[in-house]
Amino acid sequence: MNFYAIRAIYLFEMARTARTLMQSIASPVLSTSLYFVVFGAAIGSRMGDIDGVSYGAFIIPGLVMLALLNESISNASFGIFFPKFSGTIYEVLSAPISFVEVVIGYVGAAASKSIVLGCLILATANIFVDYQIAHPFWMIAFLVLTAITFSLFGFIIGIWADNFQKLQVIPLMVVTPLTFLGGSFYSISMLPPIWQKITLFNPVVYLISGFRWSFVGTADVHIGISVGMTFLFMVLCLTFIWWIFRTGYRLRP
Amino acid sequence: MEPIISIKNLNKVYASGFEALKGVNLDIHKGEIFALLGPNGAGKTTLISAICGIVNPSSGEIFADGHNVVTEFRAARAKIGLVPQELTTEAFETVRSAVTFSRGLFGKPSNPAYIEKILKQLSLWEKRNAKMIELSGGMKRRVMIAKALSHEPQILFLDEPTAGVDVELRRDMWDMVRGLRDRGATIILTTHYIEEAEEMADRIGVINNGEIILVEEKSELMRKLGKRQLTLHLQSPIDSIPKELDSLPLELASDGHELIYTFDSQKEQTGIADLLRQLSKHDIDFKDLNSTQNSLEDIFVNLVRSDA
Repeated sequence: MNFYAIRAIYLFEMARTARTLMQSIASPVLSTSLYFVVFGAAIGSRMGDIDGVSYGAFIIPGLVMLALLNESISNASFGIFFPKFSGTIYEVLSAPISFVEVVIGYVGAAASKSIVLGCLILATANIFVDYQIAHPFWMIAFLVLTAITFSLFGFIIGIWADNFQKLQVIPLMVVTPLTFLGGSFYSISMLPPIWQKITLFNPVVYLISGFRWSFVGTADVHIGISVGMTFLFMVLCLTFIWWIFRTGYRLRP
Repeated sequence: MEPIISIKNLNKVYASGFEALKGVNLDIHKGEIFALLGPNGAGKTTLISAICGIVNPSSGEIFADGHNVVTEFRAARAKIGLVPQELTTEAFETVRSAVTFSRGLFGKPSNPAYIEKILKQLSLWEKRNAKMIELSGGMKRRVMIAKALSHEPQILFLDEPTAGVDVELRRDMWDMVRGLRDRGATIILTTHYIEEAEEMADRIGVINNGEIILVEEKSELMRKLGKRQLTLHLQSPIDSIPKELDSLPLELASDGHELIYTFDSQKEQTGIADLLRQLSKHDIDFKDLNSTQNSLEDIFVNLVRSDA
């Protein structure tokens, strides 16, 4: 294992974040805080409890997940897309490193940023909304697992994309709608029966449900299924990345 | 001599169907400067990219210091440094961090003293904290070289290293490349500047249409293929070459003021004595003469033309 290479890629990516703190950290924290102010403190105070918690506390897991998914995908996709775009990818391709080390470096950095961001959002939420964490270990486990899984997904998007539009299209046109419709702002049990069934095809439902369970102790879907689905998605991403490096798809002609 | 790079029957066909390399066989010796010449699209960059792991070969084998570049890629790539043709840099990185990153990527522990030494050798030390975006083209080219040297490679590929570089910097780079060779590194360079190959290379390879059409010691190549020309500056201009001299490789130049005779310096009979006798017979006097040898550029153009 080339640990020096992993360290070099990781530190390089983290340095990029340090150079763009406003965009990487402050901006998503601010935009998520606005949700807490509007839906949590303002509108939420006039709404009844859901699953035994205030509406403000109920939406925290969904909003953290929304930011986590978007930032994980964005960080990881940009991290690998930009060297491809600028041509500096030649250095990674010609270095004595395997795809495992490349992925650990890029995805590790992207996931680290997302985890820090998730923690900051949770800390910020505490200013506006009172909430409890029923299962702290599982909360952290879900946070880390989701950050890694969606950073892997972002890494795939970064390799697939050959222009900036493609880089944005999946997060904006697919992930954000799925997150909004995945129970960020409501419980699945509030939907008509037919929609409760249809919504189970949305993979984000399992993430939000599991994450919410770690906060409030109740979930739309069994926690075991949530964890299993997240792992399944992670394995699918890893398999696809392995195939990318084996074939050289969009990386090594 | 044991080759440090050995390429066996290498083929590369791109997804578009374009056959960039056709059965390339090539050995590059340890400690030499090898110049790979070829017109645009000949396959120079594809060949280098295949050796360095940037392009997947379709078939064939490549060994770097005895290590297969596909199956033993870690050992092989650790020995290779690459300066690509394009000036590809991370715009907002500083010079020092960019070079330090490259060293780490190639599996070497941090060594600020070595990085400082390279940056000083390449006259980049004063710019160590400057962002790449602030540098001139020549400076960026130096940074590319510093990045390639950061992990102390034994084999250095320079793909058009002096493209777009001014004359002074080009001379500096030539000196630097010679210095690297003197310290034991093997240098493989592709270039459009024949002057560059003529100035620096120990051996020359010519690639055209994806095939290596010639590999030769530079001095031997020039000796074998180098035609000489004898230019006679005539006392009085002539309108045409006398018919009796038609069989000789003669041409009239400078509005009839010069006669140019092309001959093979390797042949025992150059035909010069016969030429002079014939000129005297036709009362063509000359006031001066000089002879020149074909440059590598002439040789290269002739080779590529005859291969087309």
